[in-house]
Amino acid sequence: MIEVRGLHKRFGAHTALRDVDLDVAKGEVVVVIGPSGSGKSTLCRCLNRLETPDAGSVRVDGAELPAEGRALARLRADVGMVFQSFNLFQHKTVLENVTLAPVKVRGLSRAEAQQRARELLDRVGIGAQADKLPAQLSGGQQQRAAIARALAMRPKALLFDEPTSALDPEMIGEVLDVMTGLAHDGMTMVVVTHEMGFARRVADRVVFMADGEVVETGAPAAFFDSPATDRARDFLAKVLDH
Amino acid sequence: MNVITDHLPEFGSGLLLTVELTLLSLAGALVAGIVVAAMRVSPVGVLRAAGMAYVETLQNIPLLVWLVLAVFGLPEIGVKAGLFTTAVVVISLYQGAYTAEAVRSGINAVPAGQGEAARALGLTFTQSLRLVILPQALRTVVQPLGNIAIMTLMNTALAAAVGVVELTAAANRVNLAEAQPIWIFVAAGLAYMALSGVVGLATGTLERKLAILR
Ligand SMILES: Nc1ncnc2c1ncn2[C@@H]1O[C@H](COP(=O)(O)OP(=O)(O)OP(=O)(O)O)[C@@H](O)[C@H]1O
Ligand SMILES: [Mg+2]
Repeated sequence: MIEVRGLHKRFGAHTALRDVDLDVAKGEVVVVIGPSGSGKSTLCRCLNRLETPDAGSVRVDGAELPAEGRALARLRADVGMVFQSFNLFQHKTVLENVTLAPVKVRGLSRAEAQQRARELLDRVGIGAQADKLPAQLSGGQQQRAAIARALAMRPKALLFDEPTSALDPEMIGEVLDVMTGLAHDGMTMVVVTHEMGFARRVADRVVFMADGEVVETGAPAAFFDSPATDRARDFLAKVLDH
Repeated sequence: MNVITDHLPEFGSGLLLTVELTLLSLAGALVAGIVVAAMRVSPVGVLRAAGMAYVETLQNIPLLVWLVLAVFGLPEIGVKAGLFTTAVVVISLYQGAYTAEAVRSGINAVPAGQGEAARALGLTFTQSLRLVILPQALRTVVQPLGNIAIMTLMNTALAAAVGVVELTAAANRVNLAEAQPIWIFVAAGLAYMALSGVVGLATGTLERKLAILR
């Protein structure tokens, strides 16, 4: 479903991604972990070209991501993204947030889009909040609304960049539950997260990054119980201590 | 005092013309300002440069020079338009440069994540600007736009210099007949103050109504 080859990204003199290859099969859940600054967000953002790579290619469902313009917008519509800071449209209600793109990009009628939006909001458990503004919701509710907004485009794959890192601890569970549900329903997902429990339970594969490179990749049980590289071992020792 | 009441019709039509000039120029300035601000944040380099050239050219030549140039220069190159129309267009384009800068500062104040979320959903650059960024940007610059509205109102007086008989020109005409400058221009000044008071009130109301919860 997603095919990354030789991805390079520099910010000035700093190389954020170095020759990254990654394949995500249809229905697969890939969790990306690694220390801060290792390039996880940059990789995630290159997958829908919010960040323009300096070299390498990204294919989604066989089609190479175009450089800019309408064709890129069309392909982006097929890859949903959920951000650490939610990024709900502040001036629109939750329902309007979820219906905007289906109406403007997919050309759905308003009524159809609203019906689908309400179903999705019910599915993520915030149907009662549909007519509120984002700022009136808790962080956990906002992130679930953001997931519903991404799902409303019926994407082929979903990208999550630390979806629970901005949340109070008691709200992390409700968001992870929604994500676990999606994974069980067969959604193709790339998830950057520090939630090791989620990675262990839900991931089909774990990708460990450090210094802009993919250092190790494997099934979660194997990776967590017997990491093959020293860097992964060091990292796990640090995060699993807490 | 009689000098005012005796000439109420002249003052009235001058005032009306001032209000018309202001409202039409403001509408024009808002359109020009939004278009130019959009150009200045566009991913296309040529548009960015053109937007910047527009703002620099318009802001760095006095409005009076633009007005005189348009009123006397346009007929030379075969463009015939009435004085009032010419004044509206010139003031619109001139105030449009200031409006563009205010709108652009509003656009820059919208968190980058808003535009990223819009583009990640498949909206084009223009759609995300129109549907997501601008509605939030405009709400944050109501106050500066109100100041531009007052500046526009004041600047309509310059149209007097090229023969549009708005409030200042009307006052001047009455003064030529009556020679009572203090009464006449104090009255005109008070009328301008009343109008800008109305603009100020409208700005305040709009700002309260449009504030976004964050
Ligand atoms: N827009 C940018 N401009 C300059 N440098 C950047 C930019 N975005 C990222 N970087 C740099 O690229 C490197 C990789 O950043 P990235 O955000 O991908 O890391 P990360 O693995 O997501 O880290 P974290 O866990 O802290 O989110 C970092 O050194 C960062 O400082
Ligand atoms: Mg990150």
